[in-house]
Amino acid sequence: MDFNLTPEEEAFRGDVRSFLDEHLPPESDRGGMFPLRWAKVVREKRWVGFSWPRDVGGGGATVMQQAILKEELSQRAAPPLGTCIMGLAWVGPAIIQHGTEEQKRQFIPDILDSKYQWCTGYSEPAVGSDLAALQCRGVRDGDHYVVTGQKIWTSLAEWAKWMILLVRTEVGREPKHEGITCLLVPMDSPGLTVKPIRDLAGHSFFAEVFFDGVRVPVENRLGEEGKGWQITLGALANERSGIAEVAGLRRRLDRLRELARVRTLDGRPALEDARVRRRLAEFHTRISAMRFNGLRFLTRQVKGESVGSETSINKLHAARLEQQLAEFGIELQGSYGALTGGSDEAVAGGHWQKQALGWGTTVIGGGTPNVQKNIIAERILGLPHD
Amino acid sequence: MNFGFTQEQQILRSEVRKYLEERCPMEDARRIMESAEGYCPERWKEIAELGWLGLLVPESYGGAGLGWVDLVVLLEETGRALFPSPLLGTVLATLAIVENGSPEQQQRYLPRIAEGTDLFSVAWLERADVLDPEVQATRAVREGDDLVLDGEKLFVTDAVSASHFIVSCRESEGPEGIALAVVPADAAGVTVTNLPSIDASKRLGKVSLAGVRVPADATLQGASGRPAGAAALGRLFDHAAAAITAEMVGAAEGAHAMVVEYAKARRQFGSLIGRFQGVKHPLAEMYVDIESFKSLLYYAAWCLDEAPDEAAEHVSMAKAYASDAFTRIGIDAVELHGAIGYTWEYDAQLYLKRSKWAKAMFGSADHHYERVAELGVV
Ligand SMILES: Cc1cc2nc3c(=O)[nH]c(=O)nc-3n(C[C@H](O)[C@H](O)[C@H](O)COP(=O)(O)OP(=O)(O)OC[C@H]3O[C@@H](n4cnc5c(N)ncnc54)[C@H](O)[C@@H]3O)c2cc1C
Repeated sequence: MDFNLTPEEEAFRGDVRSFLDEHLPPESDRGGMFPLRWAKVVREKRWVGFSWPRDVGGGGATVMQQAILKEELSQRAAPPLGTCIMGLAWVGPAIIQHGTEEQKRQFIPDILDSKYQWCTGYSEPAVGSDLAALQCRGVRDGDHYVVTGQKIWTSLAEWAKWMILLVRTEVGREPKHEGITCLLVPMDSPGLTVKPIRDLAGHSFFAEVFFDGVRVPVENRLGEEGKGWQITLGALANERSGIAEVAGLRRRLDRLRELARVRTLDGRPALEDARVRRRLAEFHTRISAMRFNGLRFLTRQVKGESVGSETSINKLHAARLEQQLAEFGIELQGSYGALTGGSDEAVAGGHWQKQALGWGTTVIGGGTPNVQKNIIAERILGLPHD
Repeated sequence: MNFGFTQEQQILRSEVRKYLEERCPMEDARRIMESAEGYCPERWKEIAELGWLGLLVPESYGGAGLGWVDLVVLLEETGRALFPSPLLGTVLATLAIVENGSPEQQQRYLPRIAEGTDLFSVAWLERADVLDPEVQATRAVREGDDLVLDGEKLFVTDAVSASHFIVSCRESEGPEGIALAVVPADAAGVTVTNLPSIDASKRLGKVSLAGVRVPADATLQGASGRPAGAAALGRLFDHAAAAITAEMVGAAEGAHAMVVEYAKARRQFGSLIGRFQGVKHPLAEMYVDIESFKSLLYYAAWCLDEAPDEAAEHVSMAKAYASDAFTRIGIDAVELHGAIGYTWEYDAQLYLKRSKWAKAMFGSADHHYERVAELGVV
């Protein structure tokens, strides 16, 4: 075991740090022109698409460099490296891996420049966790696929210019994931309508998307017909340790500790209460476990081994921690816990109440905890499918 | 960065595992647990020859001169096999002597420990059960060239089989006044009693000291000639907590593997029980927990050798997480088997008992979480 970086990695970290010292002001000073300047400098530095090959405009970074950069950025609560959230997270990697040269030319530079948003059309009213059973139809008609059906929970659909869409091009095929095809669809296509859905916090980040005979040119197919499923399975040598999430959770725990410092329980500082101390220590321990789990995964990735289902370990930790940190934030407030933002009496402007209602994407969006447990039980422990 | 084991460590693991599978499968472990001695002298000799007992002993004193991460490999495997032996005392005494003994003391004790001739154990906890190393009711009074010890030590691992005890005692005021004295088990005034332990593979005992006379140079003194002090005892406590956590990793994996296997074989309601989520999800959760306290422990072990300032916090995280998680795993390992798991003959119960022993020894989850709060949070 050795937790030291190589001289090159150390030099890289130093480079990242001094770059951030120069270009990343404290959080209170990040208004005005800062977001534009930030977008420009990180793009020039090739940190956007850092893991992508250099010939498509990415950074060509090693897994270790990706991990170092992510950790440094999240420790300083840096803003995202681009605003094209899904484009950078998985649409870009999927196009790089499965797309034609023409598709790469058409889409990759725009994603790197965060010119517009992408959205993801996977879930449907009748299929979520069992995604391979999806029903939205794509029927070949000459140079087009004609798409008819519905998607739901599509985040950013209202703002997106393009959608990465999964449709069924072959009905009755067994196994069922073999009849699925991936299409790249302009959101202004005739016959496509978006109907926003309000989430429990009152926001409308996701939507229903209806397809009524939407014609998608065949050249917008990503990968081969019937091979759409593979595209969802992840791509490129992306660093997948989950270490970046650790810094975010640590910041939340720091904030929780500060809350415990100023709140009182039965007239005594909450931080002196043995139960409070134990809860905080447990959170700290589980966040640390995530970090060391991540370093073990990273070691395996660096050695060239693939890391797949194991990442569900940290996903489960992260999902539970997000919920529990917020819940504890409310508990520490006593009766004030019932107040949401909007009055002077609310603690921290209702921050913890907002957090306690804001975990949908982490906990449900990326596969529910039950599904993560199935992944571990079936793919790692070899237990039968249910 | 490499948070994994070296090739040599992987070889060590497979050799240890192979030996234990061949020479101490569960039937043998059970027989040894039920024996009067609680360990098997023949196997003790064998593992001495294999170099396990001298693993941490410097090469100049006849050992392999390896470190904590190597020790983790060994202890994970002895934990998995529930190998009944006084190995823990050997490990802790070695660490105490290597860290605190003068060259002369190291020469006197370490080669015999590595050979397996002397069986050491550490005697520190007392009736009051206070884990603060400064709180020692056992007294050492200097009389001429001798030290006279009076007191009573409880929860002493493998006390009955030990040939020597490292006894913590108060010699003078203040944190520097805590001494670690090497006391032969057959010295006049030493009485050793077995205290039935919840885990028969982990013997515990009481050591009473009534006017026990040892030469003054039997207290561990560093090269500087200063007494070991409370800090050394505190560090020994971290070694102990980490060592049993390493065994907990192996034991928890052993228990988990038993249930996973059973879930793939036992059928009810026309289906393998491993298909029911009431079975498979707890198994997935156990896996998440084991991997997580394993990661914490590995880092703690590395700290004990390479980053001593960080060690206490990380040992406590590992021991606390493991104590809670292994408790649950021990119970589930029995419950998920149904009635067969509740029988004497079935091995699940052995892991359950180990989990209960390990959660109580060297600091409960509450104790360690409070230390984490102190050192890492507040
Ligand atoms: C904030 C948010 C954003 C989202 N954004 C997108 C998006 O942009 N694009 C997109 O396509 N989708 C998106 N989703 C949808 C998300 O992918 C699905 O909600 C998720 O896959 C679960 O599917 P479902 O909601 O249909 O629940 P279901 O699959 O119907 O599950 C319902 C319940 O049953 C449980 N369950 C299901 N199967 C099993 C099983 N085999 N064993 C045990 N329990 C099971 C689940 O855990 C859950 O509790 C988003 C969801 C949320 C909450």
